[in-house]
Amino acid sequence: MVRFLLNNEPVELQVDDPNLTVLRYLREQKSRCGTKEGCGAGDCGACTVVVATPTPEGDQLDYRTINSCISLMSSLHGKQLITVENLGEAQSLHPVQQAMVDNHGSQCGFCTPGFIMSAFALYHSSKTIDREEAIHALSGNLCRCTGYRPIIDAALSACAHRQPDQFDKQQAQTLKALAALNAESSNQKATSLLMPKNRLELGQAINTHPEAKLVAGSTDLALEITQGQKQFQTLISLSQMAELKQIEKSNNALQIGAMAPLNEVATAITASYPELEELFTRFASLPIRNQATLGGNIANASPIGDTPPLMLALEANLVLDNGEQSRTLPAREFFTGYRQTALAQNEWISQVVLPCKLANQQVSAYKISKRHEDDISAVCAVFSLVIENNVIKKLKTGFGGVAATPVACLELEQALLGLNWSDPTCVTLGKGILADAFSPIDDVRATAAYRKQVLANLWHRFWLEHQTDNQIPTRVVSHA
Amino acid sequence: MRKLIDTQPTSTTNSPLGKGRAHESAIRQVCGEARYVDDIPEPGNIAYAAIGTCPYTTGTIDSMDLTEVKKSDGVLDVITIDDIPGHTDIAPVFDGDPILADNLLLFHGQPVFAVLAETVDQARRAATKAKITVTETEPTLSVEQALKQKTFVRPTHTFGNANAMDTVNKASHVIQGTLDIGGQEHMYLEGQVSLAVPDEEDRMKIYTSSQHPSEVQKLVAEVLGINLHRVIVDMRRMGGGFGGKESQAAQWACLAAVFAKRNKRAVKFRLPRQQDMTVTGKRHPFENRWQVGFNDEGLIQGAEIEVNGNCGYSADLSDAIVDRAMFHVDNGYYLGDSHVVGHRLKTSYVSHTAYRGFGGPQGMIVAEAIMDGIARKLGEDPLTVRKRNLYSENTGFTTPYGMTVEDNILPEMIAEVETRCDYWQRRQAIASFNRSSPVIKKGLALTPVKFGISFTAKHLNQAGALVHIYTDGTIQVNHGGTEMGQGLHTKIAQIAAHEFGIDMDDIEVTATRTDKVPNTSPTAASSGTDLNGKAVQNACVIIKQRLVDFWAKELGLSADNAVFKNKALHIGEHHIGFAELVQAAYMARVSLSSTGYYRTPKIFYDRDKGTGRPFFYFAYGVAATEVMIDTLTGENRVTRVDILHDVGASLNPAIDKGQIEGGFIQGMGWLTTEELKWDASGKLLSNNMATYKIPAIGDTPPIMNVDLYNRPNAQDSIYHSKAVGEPPFMLAISVWCALKDAISSLTDYGHDPYLPTPATPERILQAVEQAKHSANKESDL
Repeated sequence: MVRFLLNNEPVELQVDDPNLTVLRYLREQKSRCGTKEGCGAGDCGACTVVVATPTPEGDQLDYRTINSCISLMSSLHGKQLITVENLGEAQSLHPVQQAMVDNHGSQCGFCTPGFIMSAFALYHSSKTIDREEAIHALSGNLCRCTGYRPIIDAALSACAHRQPDQFDKQQAQTLKALAALNAESSNQKATSLLMPKNRLELGQAINTHPEAKLVAGSTDLALEITQGQKQFQTLISLSQMAELKQIEKSNNALQIGAMAPLNEVATAITASYPELEELFTRFASLPIRNQATLGGNIANASPIGDTPPLMLALEANLVLDNGEQSRTLPAREFFTGYRQTALAQNEWISQVVLPCKLANQQVSAYKISKRHEDDISAVCAVFSLVIENNVIKKLKTGFGGVAATPVACLELEQALLGLNWSDPTCVTLGKGILADAFSPIDDVRATAAYRKQVLANLWHRFWLEHQTDNQIPTRVVSHA
Repeated sequence: MRKLIDTQPTSTTNSPLGKGRAHESAIRQVCGEARYVDDIPEPGNIAYAAIGTCPYTTGTIDSMDLTEVKKSDGVLDVITIDDIPGHTDIAPVFDGDPILADNLLLFHGQPVFAVLAETVDQARRAATKAKITVTETEPTLSVEQALKQKTFVRPTHTFGNANAMDTVNKASHVIQGTLDIGGQEHMYLEGQVSLAVPDEEDRMKIYTSSQHPSEVQKLVAEVLGINLHRVIVDMRRMGGGFGGKESQAAQWACLAAVFAKRNKRAVKFRLPRQQDMTVTGKRHPFENRWQVGFNDEGLIQGAEIEVNGNCGYSADLSDAIVDRAMFHVDNGYYLGDSHVVGHRLKTSYVSHTAYRGFGGPQGMIVAEAIMDGIARKLGEDPLTVRKRNLYSENTGFTTPYGMTVEDNILPEMIAEVETRCDYWQRRQAIASFNRSSPVIKKGLALTPVKFGISFTAKHLNQAGALVHIYTDGTIQVNHGGTEMGQGLHTKIAQIAAHEFGIDMDDIEVTATRTDKVPNTSPTAASSGTDLNGKAVQNACVIIKQRLVDFWAKELGLSADNAVFKNKALHIGEHHIGFAELVQAAYMARVSLSSTGYYRTPKIFYDRDKGTGRPFFYFAYGVAATEVMIDTLTGENRVTRVDILHDVGASLNPAIDKGQIEGGFIQGMGWLTTEELKWDASGKLLSNNMATYKIPAIGDTPPIMNVDLYNRPNAQDSIYHSKAVGEPPFMLAISVWCALKDAISSLTDYGHDPYLPTPATPERILQAVEQAKHSANKESDL
């Protein structure tokens, strides 16, 4: 049984079809057609809705956008689902809606509900909203008509004068209602959707349904349903696995639960590695990062995922579990082939252990794609360098988009050791090695030749950017 | 004769004309209440359709085994072309678009059969279960191949002097160039969708997301084998069109109608995004070439220009699209002794179709490529060369197709932008930045737009309207135009409100319906407001005249100087509230409803001679764009844009600005990130939003100054406004020129880089490498 609030109305839903998406539930079962389907793949944001959950302290609500077209109903359990039809009060529009009207932010209007929901979540964020922040918040929403300027203006103007809205006023009641939902047992009677709550239950679920897929954020799995017409008989949702969502820091390492959503992961990692902000900001879009998990991105083992190269370069360890025993495996030994991993059939990733940054460590993560935002890497390159007295003591790398798996370049890691970092030989040597290190493919994103050339040139960029007192501009877009 | 009622806006009234009124649906849109076809409450007996395709490009279908499709869960009906009761060709103008594959496969992903099932999923799943065998034939997958084979969808058209090359060759300097220009996916956020509801006997009601309801009506009738008067098409709004729903929305409506008729059920047909991107045509890719002769000042003496439109498997609208490309190869420049050739090549791709600009952008970019080429050859700044070659007393005012450029306002508009954007100071600053920055390079370009307004198919330049006044003084306005977000209905409501002197709240512009206004033209060619606005005004004027005559007679006064303003009719000292007037007129048996009609004057084109005045007027614009490129990766950014655009006397500055900004960004996408990729077999690879990248919010330039050029249209258009839908799209050519400028800095502006479009990071890096290579060669000498 999935229990949630649809706006303010408690819903108890027996999910017989584990493939049911939130979007189809809204449009087909509830006739709430304000939420639109633009692509069915989490790429356009027309289906954006907001999910409110209690903060860890439990006294506030956290409002996050998700793409309802690739969210499964199981992800809603214990949460409040807010849709565009319910933002306004009686006769008046919500401030973000009014600002959108006043700034002429809608033309054809089809993307508008999604933008409104993203702006609504932004309205409820505690941050100070400047242009860049507004753009980040709306980066998962595509508009084909306006060119975005009026939408940016609308978001800024609505957030410039934030007043408590009806959701703030009802917060205490909502928290109470959510607590009541969560207090009830979430036992799913049907066998098509399992929602284990701890590692023992998860281990049992896998044993009884060895054919069933695990669902974390569903941002990739749901594509098989919405794009591939696939119908899963049984799914095991990890949404109730609280123990997989913890992020802790100890002994110079971050222990990141595999189910932690990428935005929380980003906050934790960038606290230690501020230079990785760019990679996380450019990882898909905000609604995707609100949903997608680090464990999912790694276990998926896609050669074009953006966190695996990071795991390789930062020498992360993965904790693998089967409910009975767990083991630790270096990320560098995890990817065994195209979308193949070292996971046993009954194992899952429970934790990612990432060493904290050393004082003399220098890290850069570069992503190259056709579009700057919300695109998949043609090439992703992560370099991690340790220097003592200007001499290279350690170099670790991780790359995406250049091979069948996320991959490191051991030749480069070895060849540069002991060299003087400011010696331009480092550039030529590194470029030479990287240009021929891999055999990438031609595909829709880029040719093999471009991938090889860019890989070499990114090493050049890395070298330039990490020279002391570098004055040479190297970026067309800089992330704060 | 009685004096005509004043139709000019005056500032003393409550007229909404010229004011930035919000989009008429804005409030409904932000609340999720604006209904699109898929949101209409479904009739109880609804079923859902899907199409089946097969994984070959071209060939003959040998066999089609649909047994598994028919047996699939929930399937109600399966049809092939043999099951179509009436016409099987749904081509808009020239034959060649079978509703489902007719023995021959014409492109990869062509709809071969269609399925009806109880649910959307059931229909889509069943559609994957066919077994089709095909004897493949060799597809034509390039313009070059089609040119060699001489396969055309329509005959080649030419205009100008066939011997222009003599002049070109005699000139002091000659450049020649070629350019591959990519196509563009429309990516309307609302995909193709239709709902067919069978009515009594064989009558049919269609709800569709289409820019051309009258054509949908005609084709549905023909496909069903019934007459037009038994089909009603209703179109309230589209979630974007951009040309992609001009001719290519009809197929889905027709298939839905066939199923609806056969099964006596309402049928909805919504294409999933990937299929939408695969089976509908795009902006035509072009491969253009030119030879231009010019003097030491860079003044063009003669030009030979060939445009080659990749039309796909059928003509669709390609004849007019290639014509428009030809009509725009001059942009705002006098080409001297010129000859223009336009080929319409038949290839084994989906049939490419209308897209904002309708071939104009693919032609116009040639003119700007020529300007850059001349500038680099002579070592002049491209802006200097552009200004010298503008239509002017010095050059001439006659276009290659013999039309005289009458209201030539580009020189003054360019001068204004040049000053406003500090062009020359920034040129200096950029040069000095580039000298000290080895990796990042900046570029700047200022380019004009001159875009011809009118359908080049003359008969389409007409429009109808139907205006009803109800007895409470409120008004319903119907017209032939369709609302796709461009704000047409808002402008129409402003026009009607202005005419009657009442508030816009009292005007309701209804869904576009073929039973309200018949035989309408598509909402295309930027003509929506020009045509339908005039038709609505005409209907209003007719009713106003009746009301004035009635009340003047009541008062025993002459009707001279009657004015509708401030919700009242004023005659001399007297005035009467509008609702009161309407009620009195009703009681006195005065008709409160009228049709209106308009046809564009002056236009003609003699196709045999290749001369005429195909355009009522030109809309102009100027954009100055600054960019940065990364010479290590090809990544790039538009950092500042200054636009001055000519909308005549703006009916709604907020909506016009929205069209300008939106058009520019869409054009920027066409020229930068939006890359259509097909594999070697002709299969579309960029078939979803994950692989085809339209501009995202962060691509909006941080500085974007947009101003309207405040001058009424010299022609008698609706309140002397100008069409604004398409022209601003081409302002984005400045982005492409600025990227080339940045690359050219690597050779100290000595070379004009070859940069095919879209200029993706990969293509920019290639051009950078070529520039570095030629710079090295130079320094070796």
